[in-house]
Amino acid sequence: MSAETLSGPRLGVSEVTLPGIDVATATRIRRFKPWRLLQLALAVGFLVFIVNAFAKAQIEWPVVGQYLFAPSVFIGLGFTVLMTVVSMVIGLIVAVMVAVGFGSHNFVVRWIAKSYVWLFRGTPLLLQLLLWFNMALVFPAIGLPGIGYKPTVELMTPFIGAAIGLGLNAGAYMSEIIRAGLLSVDTGQYEAAKAIGMTRGKALRKVIFPQAMRVIIPPIGNEFIGMTKSTSLASVIGFSEMLFVVQSIYFNNFRVIELLIVAAVWYLVVTTLLSIGQHYLEQRFGRGFGTGRH
Amino acid sequence: MAVITAMNVCKSYGHLQVLKDINLEIQKGEVVCIIGPSGSGKTTFLRCINQLEKINGGSLWVNGNLTGYRIVGERLLELDEHEIARQRRATGMVFQRFNLFSHLTAQQNVSLGPVEVLGQSPKLAASQALELLDRVGLAHKAGAYPAELSGGQQQRVAIARALAMKPDVLLFDEPTSALDPELVGEVLKVMKEVAESGITMVVATHELNFARDVSHRVVFMADGRIVEVGKPDDILRNPQEPRLQKFLSAIATAPRPESADVAVSALGQAL
Ligand SMILES: Nc1ncnc2c1ncn2[C@@H]1O[C@H](COP(=O)(O)OP(=O)(O)OP(=O)(O)O)[C@@H](O)[C@H]1O
Ligand SMILES: [Mg+2]
Repeated sequence: MSAETLSGPRLGVSEVTLPGIDVATATRIRRFKPWRLLQLALAVGFLVFIVNAFAKAQIEWPVVGQYLFAPSVFIGLGFTVLMTVVSMVIGLIVAVMVAVGFGSHNFVVRWIAKSYVWLFRGTPLLLQLLLWFNMALVFPAIGLPGIGYKPTVELMTPFIGAAIGLGLNAGAYMSEIIRAGLLSVDTGQYEAAKAIGMTRGKALRKVIFPQAMRVIIPPIGNEFIGMTKSTSLASVIGFSEMLFVVQSIYFNNFRVIELLIVAAVWYLVVTTLLSIGQHYLEQRFGRGFGTGRH
Repeated sequence: MAVITAMNVCKSYGHLQVLKDINLEIQKGEVVCIIGPSGSGKTTFLRCINQLEKINGGSLWVNGNLTGYRIVGERLLELDEHEIARQRRATGMVFQRFNLFSHLTAQQNVSLGPVEVLGQSPKLAASQALELLDRVGLAHKAGAYPAELSGGQQQRVAIARALAMKPDVLLFDEPTSALDPELVGEVLKVMKEVAESGITMVVATHELNFARDVSHRVVFMADGRIVEVGKPDDILRNPQEPRLQKFLSAIATAPRPESADVAVSALGQAL
């Protein structure tokens, strides 16, 4: 470092002279961070332990490889993804209606929204799935006057039961996420939208929701990932998603761990892809708001 | 015909009466400044004109239309949301805190209303938005988001946004009081140019110089009432009501904005 000194411009403060330093070119002292080293050592040690454990364990890796791309597993995977998407779409539609209903001037609408959240958030998901699937015990036939009736047993297939059960349950949780997002937008935005002649619906669509998205997307992404895994609960009502498929395979060949690993790998693949999608959505709706880093 | 007519307008929040028997007529092309101490009801009056608040008594008319209701014989029918939204198009509002849509660029802020509310084609609205931004001196910031603009620039975009709806009357609620002193001038300059274009304007403000130079009439409010109305020179140089005299002398003895400007420019030279 140069020892030469610059006499700073007179600021009228004092007569001090300061060393002439340029942070861009000066050589730097590396900061010693013992914690970092310890963290690294721990992480490496843990990894070695895990790998070692799996290597020694009685896992037939060729079996894992064999079933990883088995057609029946792929079908299960397909149903898992399909059910995730279908129930999330149902859930999001319901959640938006409920969240908007919470802000309605009509107290009947508000009351319906609140009761819905109370009911579906207050009972276990597994119980709700069983209730939907066994609807036939309560309502033997479902239909509309003038259109006709059908036996509930025929209508309430495992697929329909799972879609309704998972969707409505997720809707109750996500309505709170969306409500929080709507509340995060400054009331001034809503007033400005009204002042240029927008109705409540238009203001919500064009001004409030696009801004609420920034707050809504991270937890909804979370819900999406959670739903991918929750679909496995639908195996109890006979919906043949991935877990159901691998279970029925290992009931025959007793390769329990191998098949569970196959399922785990595919769940990880799907949830990883979802995380990547979430990242892009966040960027898309983060425009005009800075990076969100603190 | 008067653009705005307030007849015995009353407004209260619970037990607090904020507007008491407001009577005022504002003619087409008039620029009216509302001054008065904090809490006197200036903001509330503007919000009532724009129907962001509902009045509890009297009646408010914009362009000869009763706001908020339809007259059916001798009775009143409350307007629904769509009809109120339609009535609001007659009035444009510029807020103290700008309230630009933060997810949209300056140009999109200006064109959103014309496209979504007036049904203009996006292309036409975009080019008109650019013209309006040019008019407020911000054509070069068309692609900037509100967070990337200074307070003064944001407020000028907000003025362009209000103008884009071609309202019959523009309402300004203390448009410069959230601004740093050195940014006030650019906004007042734009407002002066807008006023000279002949549009009707109602401006709640603490800028007495603006009131004197630009407005045709000044309304002094205190405690929810209109205390004195008149030409700027009469109101500001020759006040009759003791409350107004007190208000003006209090402002005169307070540190004046000019002195802040002097301080700023002195600082600028020093650096
Ligand atoms: N939403 C509200 N609920 C209850 N009281 C309110 C509400 N809005 C305004 N007020 C009250 O109404 C009175 C008038 O307020 P207003 O904002 O109209 O005054 P102002 O003249 O604009 O004051 P300022 O110069 O400080 O902006 C105040 O006493 C205020 O506390
Ligand atoms: Mg105010």
